[in-house]
Formats: sequence, structure tokens, C-alpha cells
Amino acid sequence: MSGLRYVYAVSRPLGAPLQAELAGVGGAPAALLHHHGLVAVVSTVPEHDFAEGALRGNLEDLDWLAATARAHQGVIDALTCVTTPVPLRLATVFRDDSGVRAMIEAREDDFRRLLDRLDGRVEWGVKVYLDREPAEAAAPVAARPASGRDYLRGRRESAHRGEERWHTAETFATVLHDRLAHFAEDARLHPPQNARLSGESGRNVLNAAYLVGRSQSEAFVELVDRSKDETPGLRVELTGPWAAYSFAGEAPAGSAGEER
Amino acid sequence: MTTAPRFPEPYGQGSGANLADILERVLDKGIVIAGDIRINLLDIELLTIKLRLIVASVDKAKEMGIDWWETDPALSSGARRDQLVRENTELRERLARLEELQGLEPGRSRSRKEVP
Repeated sequence: MSGLRYVYAVSRPLGAPLQAELAGVGGAPAALLHHHGLVAVVSTVPEHDFAEGALRGNLEDLDWLAATARAHQGVIDALTCVTTPVPLRLATVFRDDSGVRAMIEAREDDFRRLLDRLDGRVEWGVKVYLDREPAEAAAPVAARPASGRDYLRGRRESAHRGEERWHTAETFATVLHDRLAHFAEDARLHPPQNARLSGESGRNVLNAAYLVGRSQSEAFVELVDRSKDETPGLRVELTGPWAAYSFAGEAPAGSAGEER
Repeated sequence: MTTAPRFPEPYGQGSGANLADILERVLDKGIVIAGDIRINLLDIELLTIKLRLIVASVDKAKEMGIDWWETDPALSSGARRDQLVRENTELRERLARLEELQGLEPGRSRSRKEVP
């Protein structure tokens, strides 16, 4: 069975060796392909999984998708430890190495611009969750209402409390985002995540990514940590350091705007 | 080139990393390069519709019920198996009911017709 070339990322030549026997998608070893002073990180993937029709079907299978996404992220993560990569989107596949070389030549200027912009920087993810209503607030609802009117009043009060908590959460998220965005070099707001997929309890009210220099990362992490116990009922979660995924997808010029 | 400066300990990553965080990044972020295998991730209808809905809004996700992701056959091969098993069971039950009906009333009426 012939193989195709899967490309994870493009970077400058590495200053330190890549983790030995780094496994990529399907367990195949990741390799470096040098061309025009840039490096593409690639691995061989089977044609029966990655030819167009098969790939289309595979991507609709959550189990396959999850394994492939984790493998993709694993390679990029290892790469982030030794350099600043430009991460490519999942399932960027070429017939052979010459196709990868041609792609590097065609996008050379873009890659260099992006690498300059991202050099020495990482992405931190910050999410804020509004925890479920605390038990003591829910207690009056649990007590059996004496009448229909009491029941309705209870429902109204509960809804009102919910609104207040939601408002507090939004205010907290806005203030936190402003503070972190001010510290970071760039920021992106992502749509909130579904709790079922993330496995997190509570409602996701802020889902943001921040571009931070490696040397400023420690201070950034402390800044996030300090915000963690500011408001009861709200949970702040930090993930990273990620490769600068959220900042690699667009042209670097005039990209101050935030997506929502 | 100097070695990479030391990072603080990674947060929330490794094998237990939140799948939503990873999918959000590898499917939706990162630079888009047209490879030889032309798959536009946005064209993967079921996938993108569902993924976009997943991250679209908490309210919408709540409306859809909290476990729709796991039980959606389009998204989980496990759910697809479950669905097949369920369909099989239902079909077997229907078949059994039909056979029962055939065996009792229609069977008797047929024999009555056939006898004369």
C-alpha cells in the first residue's frame, strides 16, 4: 500500500533535536523535510485512510477524528518544545515529498512572515466556567411549595438568581479578558465550548486564546492564577502552552480585530 | 540558536487534554494549505455542522440536550453500533409480534378458508 505525506507544521531549522521516535498520525514516525531554509514536519500516512474519499468518511467518525487530532497535536506539541512552529490545519496531505517542497516554495514568504511574527511566542488558552447553582441556593426550591403561587414565586426567584449569576459571570469574564489581552501581544475570542464534548461541568462563559512571549509566560500564568479565587462560583481554567494555532490562520498585517 | 527558554509546567495537556480544546485548534485554527488531497474541512458536512453547533452557543447546546453528542450516530461509531443493536432488537420484536399475530388470528382464518 502506497503512502501519502502528511504535513503537521512548518518551522525554521531546529536548534535542538526533535524528541526521539516521535510518533505521528497512525503511529508513523515524524520526520523533518528541509527545503529553502525551512522545515516541514511530515510523516507517511496510508493512502487507504487519507485518499480523498476515505478521508472524507473518516473525518465523519468521531473516534477516528479524535485519535488523528490527538496525534496531530502531539507532534506539534513536541515541536513547540524546541522551536516555534506554524501549525497546519488537520489533514494537510500531499502525494510525495516533491509536493511538499513545491508547497514550501509557493508559500515561502507567508511562512517567513508568520514565523517572524510568532517567533518565541506561545498560545495560552483561558476559559471561565460558571459552576452549577450552589446547593444552598437550590434548597428553597427543594422544599415542597405550599401552593401553586408559592411554586411560581420560587421559580421566578430562581430564574432571577440565575440571571444575576450570569451577569456576574459575564462581567468577570470581560474584566479578566481585558486584563489578559492587555498583557498579551494578541488575543482571540473563541465561541464557548459544549460541556458534553469538553467534559467540563458548568457553563463556559469565556473561551479565549492569548499570544504571549515565552519569557513573559510565567508572569502571564501568575496573572491568571491570581484571578482564580476572585469570584466564588466561577472557575478559571488555563491550558497551554500551545503552538500559536489561533494566531497562525490569518495574514499578520492589521490583524488586531477579534473574531467571535 | 539558543535552546528554548524553560516553560512553566504545562497546564491541562498531555493524554488527558480536553478533546474540545484540541479539535477547536486543529480543525478551526492553524494555517490552511491546499494539499494534493483536496479536503476542505468546511465541506465535511456532518462534522462541521455538528462541531460548529457544539461550539456555537451554550444555550443551543443546552436546547439540544446534554448527551446528544454521544448518542448521535453521525458522530460516534459507538453510538452507531448502539443504534444498529437497538434497530435490530426493535425489528426482531416487531417480527415476533407479527409472527404471533400470523400464528393466531390470520393463521386460523386462513385454515378456515382452506378447509372448505
